[in-house]
Amino acid sequence: MTTENRADWPLYEVFVRSRNGLAHRHVGSLHAIDGTMAVEMARDVYCRRAEGVSVWVVPSASIVASDPAQKESMFEPMVSKVYRHPTFYEIPPDVKNI
Amino acid sequence: MYTQGLDQRGDNAAAPARADDPAALAAFQARIDREEKIEPNDWMPQGYRRTLVRQISQHAHSEIVGMLPEGNWITRAPSLRRKMILLAKVQDEGGHGLYLYSAAETLGVSRAELVGQLLAGKAKYSSIFNYPTLTWADIGAIGWLVDGAAIMNQVPLCRCSYGPYARAMIRICREESFHQRQGYELMLKLARGTPDQKRMAQNALDRWWWPSLMMFGPSDRDSVHSSQNAAWKIKRVSNDELRQKFVDVTVPQGHFLGLTFPDPDLKLDEGTGHWNHGPIDWAEFNRVVAGDGQCNRDRLAARRKAHAEGAWVREAAAAFAAKRAHARAAKAAE
Repeated sequence: MTTENRADWPLYEVFVRSRNGLAHRHVGSLHAIDGTMAVEMARDVYCRRAEGVSVWVVPSASIVASDPAQKESMFEPMVSKVYRHPTFYEIPPDVKNI
Repeated sequence: MYTQGLDQRGDNAAAPARADDPAALAAFQARIDREEKIEPNDWMPQGYRRTLVRQISQHAHSEIVGMLPEGNWITRAPSLRRKMILLAKVQDEGGHGLYLYSAAETLGVSRAELVGQLLAGKAKYSSIFNYPTLTWADIGAIGWLVDGAAIMNQVPLCRCSYGPYARAMIRICREESFHQRQGYELMLKLARGTPDQKRMAQNALDRWWWPSLMMFGPSDRDSVHSSQNAAWKIKRVSNDELRQKFVDVTVPQGHFLGLTFPDPDLKLDEGTGHWNHGPIDWAEFNRVVAGDGQCNRDRLAARRKAHAEGAWVREAAAAFAAKRAHARAAKAAE
């Protein structure tokens, strides 16, 4: 057996901008020894078919995420504060361009 | 390229775990029933997690081991065009393995652990890759039949309840259709070539047909855990249904090639429109899965050798990254 008992290289999240004008979008993750290598590997792993014009890699450990268990309290105001949405307001149909 | 649903074969992967709270289990099932996707940090039953880790990692291993039978022919491809195609295909399979390992890691298992299991011979992978690629026609048969069967199986996995797996499968399916088409095109070239070439194509079909049917895994009658996996929407279509679908689309493609299938019982049921096939040799399947196929030992030996021979590359990359980080730190301190 030749498996080294070594920890994995750090995990990076990969984001690809498919074309200018669009935002970078998360496409997956990979292990790399550093950021430079992560960009090179992201090109080979996630961009074999002209998927993008720009790649970002971010160490997964740097991402701070919301807690799924807190989803209700975190996102509840969207539902209870309906007056934040334009459909809350009644405007007579005769009024145009509003 | 492929997952075989080996989990359904009686190891208690999908059995409900003791510690899971019944109320949480019910809430989880309700989410699945509402077609909600489950994401990495969401609560999930231990059995769901275990089943997915095993299925996704087996699938990843299959992609990686699947590079070997075809890689065998890269240096012997008959033209530059075919060599470029085969290189691109094998590179895709490597990429698919990486997507899938990443998806498995979101469930809390490390890459080193998964790769270690494969190299130690403890992990399963699709039985199909333990058959040898004897002639160039086998490259055509693999693309046409093996990738064809894989696509049939993988399309429903794009709707799997676990988000990262479903997303990986969408990428894979999108990339895999070229794999099947290049294989069929290759078979067509041979089938319309010299009598020797046609014989070679027929011989490849004869050897790959039954192993391709086995790729769908054991019959529904013998699948112990398929009902739990179906309830969790991990596996949405049964082994036998997928196998039948594959036979129905593939048989006319083979007839178009002017080839025959190595199954005297194969015949069209006019009533149902389905092609009925003869009995599958499950003893052979079990033997290959248990490690006693023609190439099991070769495949593992090749993976171990590649891993060992890559050690200096990993060490050099680590040394270079340390040097670069050191230089950056020194520059920042100036």
